[in-house]
Amino acid sequence: MESTKRTYVSKMVHDLKPSGIRRFFDLAAGMEGVISLGVGEPDFVTPWHIREAAITSLEQGYTSYTPNAGLLELREEIANYMQTQFKVTYSPADEIIVTVGASSAIDIAFRTILDPGDEVIVVEPCFVSYIPMVELAGGVAIQVQALKENDFKILPDQIEAVITEKTKAIMICSPNNPTGTMLSKSELEGLATIAQKYDLLVIADEIYAELSYDEEYTSMAAISGMHERTILVSGFSKGFAMTGWRLGFVCAPTEISHAMLKVHQYGLMCASTMSQYAAIEALRNGRSDVEEMVKSYRRRRNFIVQSFNEMGLECHNPGGAFYAFPSIQSTGLTSQEFAEKLLMTEGVAVVPGDVFGESGEGHIRCSYASSLEQLQEAVKRIKRFIDSL
Amino acid sequence: MRLNEKELEIVEILEKDARIATEDLAKMIGLSVEETQESIKKLVDNKIIVRYISIVDWTKVEEHPGVRAMIDVKVTPKRGVGFDDIAERIYRFDEVNSVYLMSGTYDLSIIVEGKSMNEVANFVSQKLSTLDSVISTTTHFILKKYKHDGIIFEPDNKDKRIVVSP
Repeated sequence: MESTKRTYVSKMVHDLKPSGIRRFFDLAAGMEGVISLGVGEPDFVTPWHIREAAITSLEQGYTSYTPNAGLLELREEIANYMQTQFKVTYSPADEIIVTVGASSAIDIAFRTILDPGDEVIVVEPCFVSYIPMVELAGGVAIQVQALKENDFKILPDQIEAVITEKTKAIMICSPNNPTGTMLSKSELEGLATIAQKYDLLVIADEIYAELSYDEEYTSMAAISGMHERTILVSGFSKGFAMTGWRLGFVCAPTEISHAMLKVHQYGLMCASTMSQYAAIEALRNGRSDVEEMVKSYRRRRNFIVQSFNEMGLECHNPGGAFYAFPSIQSTGLTSQEFAEKLLMTEGVAVVPGDVFGESGEGHIRCSYASSLEQLQEAVKRIKRFIDSL
Repeated sequence: MRLNEKELEIVEILEKDARIATEDLAKMIGLSVEETQESIKKLVDNKIIVRYISIVDWTKVEEHPGVRAMIDVKVTPKRGVGFDDIAERIYRFDEVNSVYLMSGTYDLSIIVEGKSMNEVANFVSQKLSTLDSVISTTTHFILKKYKHDGIIFEPDNKDKRIVVSP
């Protein structure tokens, strides 16, 4: 008998890179008095009326499965919401699936559309999960870099340059995590032209759509001719401050939706029932909460972006989400060095930009989803840190 | 008076935190410090910002136990001045913290403060109910303050998020 130890973990998973965020979490988690700008979620607690709706659903005994695609009542509210807020039309019965957070929506999208070796063009810097999820679905992620000199907006030419016969889809996220950059209608149209010319799908992660501060938000699916080739991913986490509820949704043309529902039903069955009842309440009566939160984020963004620029960390004005992505190149440190030293000397946690892709190097992601008092203190400490270099 | 967008923002921010540094306030709304100072002055001059005060939880202070009562008052309005005349007669008393004209089953809602229940009771029986226009009073003593003007007195402010997340 062979004496070598058997490897239980698949080669694919073994080869997956661990998330760079993990290391910073471990470093920061044990420290006292840390101000964290490393958090990728709202500082608001879910509005009480939404929590109360979930409690009521439990009291009434709604504790069983829902249909695979989610409660029809919720899908109808989502259809209505997408129409009212983003001018996109989806059929509640056939084109909307309620998922376990936007992450599972992206996961089922890739697993539904990719054959082995199919390529997905992923715009980076980006959310840490996109590339591993493409790979887990058997695809190949082709990275293109949104550059600082373009305010982290990807240009259609850059996409076109990497298209091959195997390209199946383009993955975009606007407003973007980690850069906060939001694409305008005309910029989306530029990308749409490429998608149409080469018959590609676009997976649009629009989870931050509610959090746009300067211009009206445009959905990729609202661009002429794009409804039929867009898989629109969204959810309740960011706009409604519901991260822990794990509730997202995906909208796509009927053929793709029906196929995605197969993957979803075998993998997850359905999203959590109490979360779905909470989401119905969020969509029916949560508009003013969203508006208040947006107002508050906008003020904090203005504060932190100007503060960074004043202390010599060049920072573009992000149009959405709740991240500032200042350059730390003037300090001569790498983003890993900067983030680690800042944490050790001043107790401020930020996320080094390179964990979101190579083009994030030289930057740090600072979430401004913290109270103004925390941001004021963080700015003070970061300035002291820079002056000490 | 119609406020512009920036003035409206200033009022909203100061209403929640009157002690915010003008430099920080200016950054938040995208104005210069001078412009912000000017706008604040205009708001104060026009009595839109009436005064900056602190919200104090007196129950934590031993020297000042104090009591508060809300009193429903029915009054007879007077020709020509309506309720304004009697409202003024009442709000001039130092013991009176607030006076509101109400819709519904009574006319004025009054908040009275005193050092003891006895003091409030004396005010009601000797000063308030003896006014000519006052028909009746119903006094409710406040037992505990949970939330006041949007401020929760013992809030759970703990940040329950993990320190770093994607």
